[in-house]
Amino acid sequence: MAVAAPPGGRMRRLLGRDPIGYAFVAPYAIFLVALFGYPLALSVYISFFDFFFAAPGAQVARPFVGLDNFAEILGDPVFQRAILNVAEFIVINVPLTVVLSLVLAAALNARLPFRVFFRTSYYIPYVTASVAVIGVWLWFFSRGGLLNDTLGPLAPDPSWLVNEFWAMPIIALVVTWKQLGFYVLLYLAALQNIPKELYEAAEVDGAGPIRRFMAITVPGVRPATTLVVILATIIGANLFTEPYLLTGGGGPNGASMSPVLLMYREGIEQGHAGYAAAMGVILAFAVMTISAINRFVLERE
Amino acid sequence: MSRASIRFASIATILMLVLSSCLGEDGQDGGASAGDGATAATGPIRIWYSNNPEEVAWGEAVVAAWNADHPDEEVTAEEIPAGESSEEVIGASITAGNTPCLIFNTAPAAVPQFQQAGGLVALDDFSDGASYIQERTGDRAEQYKFTDGKFYQMPWKTNPVMIFYNKEVFRTAGLDPENPPLSTYDEFLSTAETLVAEGGVEAAIWPSPDAQFFQPWFDFYPLFAAQSGGQQLVEDGEPQFNNEAGLAVANFWRSLYDQGLTPNEAYNGDSFADQQAAMAIVGPWAIAVYGDAVDWGAVPVPTQDGMDASEVHTFSDEKSSAMYTACENRGTAWEFLKFATSEESDGQLLELTGQMPMRADVVASFPDYFEANPEYEAFADQASRTVEVPIVPNSIEMWQTFRTAYSESVIFGTTPIEEAFNAAADEIRTLVSGS
Repeated sequence: MAVAAPPGGRMRRLLGRDPIGYAFVAPYAIFLVALFGYPLALSVYISFFDFFFAAPGAQVARPFVGLDNFAEILGDPVFQRAILNVAEFIVINVPLTVVLSLVLAAALNARLPFRVFFRTSYYIPYVTASVAVIGVWLWFFSRGGLLNDTLGPLAPDPSWLVNEFWAMPIIALVVTWKQLGFYVLLYLAALQNIPKELYEAAEVDGAGPIRRFMAITVPGVRPATTLVVILATIIGANLFTEPYLLTGGGGPNGASMSPVLLMYREGIEQGHAGYAAAMGVILAFAVMTISAINRFVLERE
Repeated sequence: MSRASIRFASIATILMLVLSSCLGEDGQDGGASAGDGATAATGPIRIWYSNNPEEVAWGEAVVAAWNADHPDEEVTAEEIPAGESSEEVIGASITAGNTPCLIFNTAPAAVPQFQQAGGLVALDDFSDGASYIQERTGDRAEQYKFTDGKFYQMPWKTNPVMIFYNKEVFRTAGLDPENPPLSTYDEFLSTAETLVAEGGVEAAIWPSPDAQFFQPWFDFYPLFAAQSGGQQLVEDGEPQFNNEAGLAVANFWRSLYDQGLTPNEAYNGDSFADQQAAMAIVGPWAIAVYGDAVDWGAVPVPTQDGMDASEVHTFSDEKSSAMYTACENRGTAWEFLKFATSEESDGQLLELTGQMPMRADVVASFPDYFEANPEYEAFADQASRTVEVPIVPNSIEMWQTFRTAYSESVIFGTTPIEEAFNAAADEIRTLVSGS
């Protein structure tokens, strides 16, 4: 049965029941389009050209090269290495982040002395500038640093940051530590939504603290876990500062080179904007795919 | 997708199209690219200079002197905006079409890229352009020509690098601090061993082992300039570093890394100032920085069999000034550039910063200064034998390729040096041919 269109139907169908809502979302929508949408579209466009940035009005050849940039990148051993590096990073960083932040959040959610102090402590690294924090870690992991002094003869040779095996795990560890506060906060918020009665009922049924954690807390914060996994993956894939500063530009011998650091080197330093843009497109596509898989796996009932 | 999200997506797309067309138009007519008559145009101009206090003081003095005599051609000077590096800031500014007329802080290695981007004015466009540069700088001016034979930069000032050493550490190690045995590779290596064993330092010398493209300028390149008698990394399109001289230098550094006299891990701070390293490769700026804190001496970089100090070449660590195409009043810009590089302004630069103007004979031009500041004289003498980075297409990528090969073969020793250098030379040959 056909329903008659309400008065002014066409306009309403286009703009919805409360057109004023668009006025409220407009500032952010414009911000998003101008600072994310437009550059994203432009970088996809650039990736099909042998592009470099030039002065306005300058006569320069920037030929259309189709998929050449993509083909070249996929065959570039430095890029392949960078992708493997960042995959290694994510494999270490993401599970570690999920486990540590959930355990810490659960602990902070309990009746703990100095709770506020601990909450703040976990959050401080997150809001501190990477550059400042990295200075401390450099000192900790360097050849004559605190860690090696403590380990004595057990210290690896070559030392951590110049060791091809250890450079990437160390970076994953430092980034996990740095970001942890943010994820703890996400989990703390999620924990508020778990009804206390569930814990009480479980306790009456004789469940111990570990059982209660596994059977109530973990499934109770599942939506937050999805968010944490996806965010940690995206942030991890954009790794730049740590390999740039902690291991001296992706060293040793490219063992900690990340795709974004490589994009910076190619696009900004060496002026191959088309090539770097294509890398960005590949990376964005890969991250979106991984996030979609994460979401699918974690959210299915 | 729900209907609401389809609606949102369509509105967003429209917005994006509108916005991109606005930006597109802006981008096309936003830049003031001056025509051919511009070389004669006069009027107010804008310039940028470096942001360290010494160079700011020089810039302010020179601009004030010019403005006093040229009320119709006023120069407005600003410090170069802060960024990851000056080159990035300048590159972005070229793309935006808002570069000032002159920048007194243009790295020669970045010049080919700026030129390719259509950002630089060839100074040969001015009738006395090339002759002025050649007269002021002498034979070394040749190194600043691009592969098309034009000057897109005026060589301005140099910080020729030398070996700076800590006399106190040498004394502790039982070495003669006044005549340190650092001239040949063998001497240098045995001195380095003694310093680390007896001098109480972590390293004999500690250049950054990082992977950035510019790092070779402070380890391999000065020694290569010396060993090869003044060759550039690439000459006439042909890589030179995989020759006998280049391999000798690489093997020398390899020995230092191999024996742990030079660590392959970056020092977190200033190893020389912290007395963790007995020596450093630095330019004359170091005199002002370390002068009072460290009892220092300076000698030329070593060569395989030793060379008279008066024959040793080194890396220039030079900064040029260049004119940018967004400049409208190029006549004024050129006159000001000559004014800022006149003997008087160069003298002021030396006085205020201790950096060496790119003049044919610095010592003879400013005898009073060197009489009053004898510690600068060794650097000034060295300034007459500097080697520049090659001004070739893809210059940054060329240095990155070299650095990668050097890292794996010399710093970390995972690949044989000759093999890594030959492979890099093949790549670099293609890069600098511009294809």
